[in-house]
Parts: sequence; C-alpha cells; structure tokens
Amino acid sequence: MVLRGKKSNAIRESLGSRIFDAFNYVFLAFAGMLCILPFLYVIGGSFATEGELTTRSFFIIPRTFTLDAYKYIFSTSALANSFKNTLIITIGGTAINLFFTVSMAYALAKKDLIGRNAIINMVIFCMLFGGGMIPTYLLVRNLGMLDTYWALWLPGAISPFNLFIVRNFFEEFPGELRDSAEIDGCNVPQTLWYIVLPLSKAVLATFALFYGVGHWNAFMGPLLYLNDSKKWPIQIILRNLIIASSGTAGLGSLVDMPPDYQPPAQALKLAVIVVATVPILLVYPFLQRYFVKGVMIGSLKG
Amino acid sequence: MRVATNSPTLNLETKYRREMWRKIRKDKWYYLLLLPGIIYFLVFRYGPMWGILIAFKNYMPFLGFWKSPWVGFQNFEDFFANPDFFKLLRNTLLISFYNLIFTFPAPIILALLLNEVKNALFKRTVQTLVYIPHFISMTIVVSLTYIFLTTQGGFVNNWLYEHTGRKIQFLTDPKWFRPLIIIQTIWKETGWGTIIFLATLTNINPSLYEAAIVDGAKRWQQMRYITLPCLMPTVIILLILRLGGILDTGFEQIYLMMNSLNREVADVFDTYVYTMGIARGAFSYSTAVGLFKSIVGIVLIQLSNLLARKVSDISLF
Repeated sequence: MVLRGKKSNAIRESLGSRIFDAFNYVFLAFAGMLCILPFLYVIGGSFATEGELTTRSFFIIPRTFTLDAYKYIFSTSALANSFKNTLIITIGGTAINLFFTVSMAYALAKKDLIGRNAIINMVIFCMLFGGGMIPTYLLVRNLGMLDTYWALWLPGAISPFNLFIVRNFFEEFPGELRDSAEIDGCNVPQTLWYIVLPLSKAVLATFALFYGVGHWNAFMGPLLYLNDSKKWPIQIILRNLIIASSGTAGLGSLVDMPPDYQPPAQALKLAVIVVATVPILLVYPFLQRYFVKGVMIGSLKG
Repeated sequence: MRVATNSPTLNLETKYRREMWRKIRKDKWYYLLLLPGIIYFLVFRYGPMWGILIAFKNYMPFLGFWKSPWVGFQNFEDFFANPDFFKLLRNTLLISFYNLIFTFPAPIILALLLNEVKNALFKRTVQTLVYIPHFISMTIVVSLTYIFLTTQGGFVNNWLYEHTGRKIQFLTDPKWFRPLIIIQTIWKETGWGTIIFLATLTNINPSLYEAAIVDGAKRWQQMRYITLPCLMPTVIILLILRLGGILDTGFEQIYLMMNSLNREVADVFDTYVYTMGIARGAFSYSTAVGLFKSIVGIVLIQLSNLLARKVSDISLF
C-alpha cells in the first residue's frame, strides 16, 4: 500500500479520484466531529443558564457563564455519594477481574498441562450458552449477595473473550525467562508475580481499562441487584434524573435541599453527564494506545 | 499364558498413569492458579445453567429449588399462547433486521473510506474520534438522546419550533422508537466496528495492489477486485455471529429508551424477561422465555454457519 501511495503521486491522479478524495476527507471529518459534538454541547451547556438552555438550539459556548449547576452538585450528598459508589465498584471489580483472569490465563498458557483442553472447552461452551438473567439473579440472591457489591463483582469476574486474549499473550511470553526464574528457585506464582507481570504491563493496563470502563458504565447489574439507593452508582442516578423523570420532579427525592430552592434542572443534568463522562474521556488516551493492539492479539490467533 | 500376553500392556498403562500423576504433581502450582477460575466458571456460569431447570418447574421461593413442583413444558406453552409472544417476536426481529441492514454495513463502509486516506495524521485523528462513543455508557447515550430531543427545551425541538413552528414527540411517538435505536447504535458502535476491518485491510498483501496497478487498474477497480474480496471472509464471519445473535437486541438500550407510550413497539424478549421475572416475580415463566431465546440463538448460529460453509467455504467452526 506504501507503493500504491507513491504510484498515485507519480502518475497524476484522475479528476474522479481527486473528487472522491475531497468528498472522503470532508465526510470523515464530519463523522469525527459528530462523535464529539454532543459532548461539547454538554460541557458548554453545563455552564449555561436555564433560560439559554431551554430556548436556544445547538451551541457550544454559552452567552452567560455560570457555575450554578456544579455548585449544586457538590452541595448535595446524593450525587457525591453515587460518584463514590461508582469508584468503589470500578476499583474493586477491576481488581477481582484481573486476579481471576490473569491467574487462569497464565495456567492455561502452559500448553502441556494435563486437562487444559477440557477446561478450555468448558470456557468456550460458556461463550455459546449461558444461564440467562433470571437464573443468575436467583443464584446471586441465594448466595445472599443482593444489595452488596459482590453481586456486581463476582458474576462477571472473567470474560471468556478477555481470558483467551490474555492467554494468547502469555503463550507468546519467552519461555527462557520463565525457566531461568524457576531455576533460581521461584515457584510458579512467584515467577508470574515477579517476572511475567512486570513485563506485561501493557496487557494488564489494557484489560484493567477494559474491565474498568465496563464497571464504570454498568447499568443492568446495579438495576438488578441493588435496591438500596445509598449504594446506587452514578449510572442509576443519571437514569432516574434524566430518563425516568421529566423536569425537576425527580430531583426532590434525590437531593436534600430546602423545599423552596429551584435547582437549575437542565444545566444540572448536563453537569451530571459531564461528571459521569469525564473520567472515561480522561483514561481514553491511555486506553487507545493499547486497545487496537489488544484486540488484534486476540483476533489474529483466535 | 494370558498373564504373559497381557502384562506388557498393563505395565505400559500403569507406567503411563504414574507418569501422568507425576506430571500433575509437578504442575501443582498451575492447578492452584487455575482453581479460582474453575470455581468461578462452575458457580457463576454453570450454576445458572443448572438453574435453567426452573423453566420446567413452578418455582416458588418459599419452597426453594428442589421442592418446587415440576410442570413440564407448561411455561413454554403459556408463553407461546400469550398474545405478547407475537408482539415480542415482531419487535425483536424488526429491530434486529434494521440493525442488520443499517448498522452492520456502516463500519465496513467507514473502514473502506478510512483505508483510502493517505494522510496518516488525518486518519489517526478521525480514528481517535470515532472510537470514543464505544466507551460511553448506554445510560449516557440515552440521556443525551433525551436531553437533545425532549420537547421541553431540547435543542432539536427548539430549532424545529423556531423554523417550522411545531415540535416532534421523538421520545414518546412509537414511530420514532426504532429509528432512534438504530441511530444510537450507529453513533456508538460504527467507529469501534471498523477496527477489525481495518486490521484485515492492513494485512492485504501489497503486491496484489502492485500487480493490479501494473495491469492498469484504477482506484475503484482496485477496491472492487482486491480490497472487497479480501475483506469478505471477515464480513462473513461477523455476519454469522450477528445472525446467531438476532434475538439479542441489547437489554440496556431498549430498557432505557422504553416508556409507557412506546412500549407496544419497544418491548423485546430481554426486557420482557426482566419485567416478568424481576418486577413481577414470575421466575419460572421468565426463565422459560430466556431459554427459548438462547436456544433459538444457538440454532441460528449453527444454521448460518452451515450456510456460510456451503456458500463460501468460510465458517466459524
């Protein structure tokens, strides 16, 4: 393809080809913009006044700048609390995911392990068939995990797809390094911890981010398993605030403010979205560096 | 006589078995590492599969799993006799069908267009932007939809009102439900979907293009005769997977977009299982519905796999 580029520079491109290129660049630039414009509106709007939000059409920079929405968010305990819950769910869940996935993947990467194929088939079967929502719910309930974060952490502790990608990565790991560690007297978990993992930081980061984003964004798990509103993550709050209620009606039960206070309803919704999205957008550049590679390791070897 | 002929094989077998146990003992640490994963799969993956048996019972929480009476296929019969069944089937199939014709080709087209870009910086920038929505939660996507489209101060309706003098009830009008679902999915997943196609495209042997250029192939001819045929295996594999999941419409998106006014067109198998099972406590009935859905999924993936193998020699398994 490098050559193709050179060729087309050397020979003058046809008119049709150049028109296509122009169209292509404009279209792709438009597609790219379409993916971030909603966020620019949300960020801009969260600093705007109510009057402006309810009357203007699309804008990015507000005419009058106000911090009311953010002041309100940080003055109420409910939103700060849900943010804290989301952090706990994400950090705890990701740690559990990594522990289960890495340890199993490392053992499965040993090709001559007796019983390895049986276990791999057991995992593959789970990719094709599962118990479904209700049996899983009943299991979680019978284990007494309702209204605890274990219900969000354990049922999805290993994603079979991620497990196989990590295993493929470990299979590629140079065997000499492992052998020399074992000759020096490391047992297998020690080799994994002191030799293999420090050299696998990129893969660990990728899957920590994948799993972490999953926990941060999770909605169905909390909806199914958490009835206690004090334990709700920010996604549930978002849904109650924006989707399930219209206007400020839903806010009364959510936050503790004097009854005569009128919160900036529209800007507040936007500000909550900003708070729920910014962490994702902050880790995104790190995520992006690895995920294409990560996805490829898995798909090439299958 | 018999002992003499049998003993060498017997010896070999015991030797083999002893060797195997020696190896298992030697690898004990590996089995220790496997243990948490195996327990996880047995409890949280195979446990619920065992729990599917309640689809054939009349599960009552106070009686428990074992004591609840067996009812055979009663729950399935109830479901198929229920007028909801056809409504759910229609809604599910329609959303899947629209997804197949609109959201399935979108990443292929985007990948082909990206592939034609020669400016590496521009290409990378566009890629960076179009991957972002994949990492945004469904709750936020639906929240954005609500905020933009509401008739109470959403900017789309503000604009419409300014220019046409009327507002459109996007969020409650059943006519708008399916288009909105499709638009959301296109916005969220098209960029991410290009990754696998772009990877396939970069693996195409450049000498194919060189040969084509020497033969005088123009750009669109190169695309038609080299790029597209090389992309087909990937397209077919993803199509098989998509057909297998034709009843998977995604719970979160539909659940979040559904309200009392558009329920008639919105309710699909996944949301029905939730409403019947969790909200109304009909555990056995909703498990039966879920099981029906997964079995149809498995049958469909086998069928489409078979079809793909017949037609194009490409298959998943």
